[in-house]
Amino acid sequence: MGGAGRPGRGTGRGGRRSGMLGHMPDWTYAPAPESRDIARLRESYGMFVDGAFTAGGETLKSVNPATEEVLAEVAVAGAADVDRAVAAARRAYERVWGPMPGRERAKYLFRIARIIQERARELAVLETLDNGKPIRESRDVDVPLAAAHFFYHAGWADKLEYAIPGRPDPRPLGVAGQVIPWNFPLLMAAWKLAPALAAGNTVVLKPAETTPLTALVLAEICQQADLPPGVVNVLPGAGPTGAALVRHPGIDKVAFTGSTEVGREIQRTLAGTGRRLTLELGGKAANVVFDDAPLDQAVEGIVNGIFFNQGHVCCAGSRLLVQESVHDEVVEKLQRRLGTLRLGDPLDKNTDLGAVNSAEQLARVRELSDIGEAEGAHRWSPACTLPERGFWFPPTIFTDVAQSHRIARDEVFGPVLAVLTFRTPAEAVEKANNTPYGLSAGVWTEKGSRIFWMTQKLRAGVVWANTFNKFDPTSPFGGFKESGFGREGGRHGLEAYLD
Amino acid sequence: MTESSRERSSAPPGRIAVRKTYKLYIGGAFPRSESGRSYEVSAVDGRFLANAAQASRKDARDAVVAARKAQPGWAKATAYNRGQVLYRVAEVLEGRRAQFVADLRDAGSPDAEAEVDAAIDRWVWYAGWTDKVAAVLGTVNPVAGPYFDFSAPEPTGVVAVLAPQRSALLGLVSTVAPVIATGNTCVVVASTDRPLPAITLAEVLATSDLPGGVVNLLTGSTPEIAPWLAAHADVNALDLTGADPAGAVELEIAAAQTVKRVLPAPAAEPDWSADPGLRRLSAFLETKTVWHPLGV
Repeated sequence: MGGAGRPGRGTGRGGRRSGMLGHMPDWTYAPAPESRDIARLRESYGMFVDGAFTAGGETLKSVNPATEEVLAEVAVAGAADVDRAVAAARRAYERVWGPMPGRERAKYLFRIARIIQERARELAVLETLDNGKPIRESRDVDVPLAAAHFFYHAGWADKLEYAIPGRPDPRPLGVAGQVIPWNFPLLMAAWKLAPALAAGNTVVLKPAETTPLTALVLAEICQQADLPPGVVNVLPGAGPTGAALVRHPGIDKVAFTGSTEVGREIQRTLAGTGRRLTLELGGKAANVVFDDAPLDQAVEGIVNGIFFNQGHVCCAGSRLLVQESVHDEVVEKLQRRLGTLRLGDPLDKNTDLGAVNSAEQLARVRELSDIGEAEGAHRWSPACTLPERGFWFPPTIFTDVAQSHRIARDEVFGPVLAVLTFRTPAEAVEKANNTPYGLSAGVWTEKGSRIFWMTQKLRAGVVWANTFNKFDPTSPFGGFKESGFGREGGRHGLEAYLD
Repeated sequence: MTESSRERSSAPPGRIAVRKTYKLYIGGAFPRSESGRSYEVSAVDGRFLANAAQASRKDARDAVVAARKAQPGWAKATAYNRGQVLYRVAEVLEGRRAQFVADLRDAGSPDAEAEVDAAIDRWVWYAGWTDKVAAVLGTVNPVAGPYFDFSAPEPTGVVAVLAPQRSALLGLVSTVAPVIATGNTCVVVASTDRPLPAITLAEVLATSDLPGGVVNLLTGSTPEIAPWLAAHADVNALDLTGADPAGAVELEIAAAQTVKRVLPAPAAEPDWSADPGLRRLSAFLETKTVWHPLGV
């Protein structure tokens, strides 16, 4: 999934030079862009409340991070809009969605899954325009998985009595307020909406301010599916809109995906209210490579782990822990592999690395990378020409990293890998767990008993062994420790929306 | 409270009863509070019962250190082994039933005998869960790709338990047993006004093959100790069952700093005789999902 492209790519239109690959063919690639017309981009998008799109007072401009071109004006929801949306969701919950038999709710969700599949190409292009991620990823990962989440959860809607052991008569919670990030805009909307709706809740969803477009097309898909008005409401906006939503007294449950800092604030806000909360927060995953691992496969996994979606992944394998005896070999292979990655036009089907999502995020990635250098780590990027316009950062590896360095501790949320070493399995575990986060981890080894020993010891909610960054609606995803609580996906994910 | 009115009034002249010093239970040992403080505990009829240790924030932190130290070993013990240890607790508790009945009468239990019966049965119930909870809460996930993928519950880590204020034994057992059954360790703050059954329980735990540090028990003022546990960065979860209603919100706010799992304070103390269900077990479990490719 993502990132791990085919070997042997050379210089391309994206401006890559393959300086260190003298012995490899210096292939050129003809441009292969998706047409942006497929996105059916409109000049302006309204918010979606009670089954209808309406304009707001203020607007925000959604920008293509690859070009800095303004894509569309989008209505911003204010406090009054939040009131309106929560009231609509409450009405829909009490009058329509709550009382509706599960088998009927299921059919709406199946319809949504099917329409996402029908409009997959449009959604993929729109997602790439709005987010900056390569079309290969939006087309092969984000959109198909979004459809899969609706399809999977649709089937649960009339089987909820089997979902949670010991709870033969689970009840929905009511109105859910959901706030999602900009790294997987449509997919996160699907992760949030599908289980909530299957369980019989209604939803007010706030997409991220830099990536609101696909969530609004998803709202349109809800219209096409004849979903009753008020069951899904989508309120674009920035922090203030999200804050108004999560502290709204008409909400019964809050689900948030984003930074640990904001997650803490939401947990404080909800203290004493008795409202249910699930948090999917940051991470600083260790990807542990033992000396017996199949190193070429491991290198593909490392690349996929940290450069998938430009590293804008909460579960990214941002700390490579490599056994000392193979450190030099792994770093060399990694550098060679990075030399073949193609950075550039996200709409080009041959692009591996797209744009950083926003100027703000780019500034953060730059700042932490500069700190990494200042603290004494060795910084390396392949020779790389970045496009002149847009927000770009080259794939970057830091070696000679100490555990105390901020690039080994802070979530960079960008294409930046910190490489550390270990000698014994016990040291690998100690270093991997030496973080307040606990979202994911990776292990690479040929030895079966060691895989299970490691997966038991690693304090993380998802452990990928000899693979990385795999996702599936049937597979529970979520964090230990300060990476949050609650799961999304599988039987466990439904528990977040049932009493 | 063994050395209660019973012995004091019925003791024959010439035989002076040997009274017990009630202390804390930390890391398998019974220290006094490092603060040197104690507070007077009385029976429901107002009789003096004991000078219990009044734990300080330093005691709370020591208890967290002990709980953290014990956690990996306890989690690593086989589920069968944890089940036998918990069952052993029930056996030893049964053997001390007269003492608990006397303690609970002093603590104002409406039916001390029934409460002890129910507390023993609850230990047995949770002892049986240790090697079943993973099968019931775990899943094999049929992902759309060539991967073997499964999810299994794991202990959250160190849990701070504010034990219920009213039900000094059954409520205590019903909050502590589900926490440790799954491999968590805990720091328990006993009922402020009814701490003596908790200390007697600690004596049972100390003689039941339970490794030191798995349960650490503090007596004293719940409102005084709780904020230090709620804010402690090495505590992973917080059970607010016995929290002072006025202070519970502040505890939840403090817990958010390290994204603790919080079991919120109930509106009123639950009916502990009801079927507990799985909620208290699952409240302090994390789901871990493991992926591995399939291939030859």
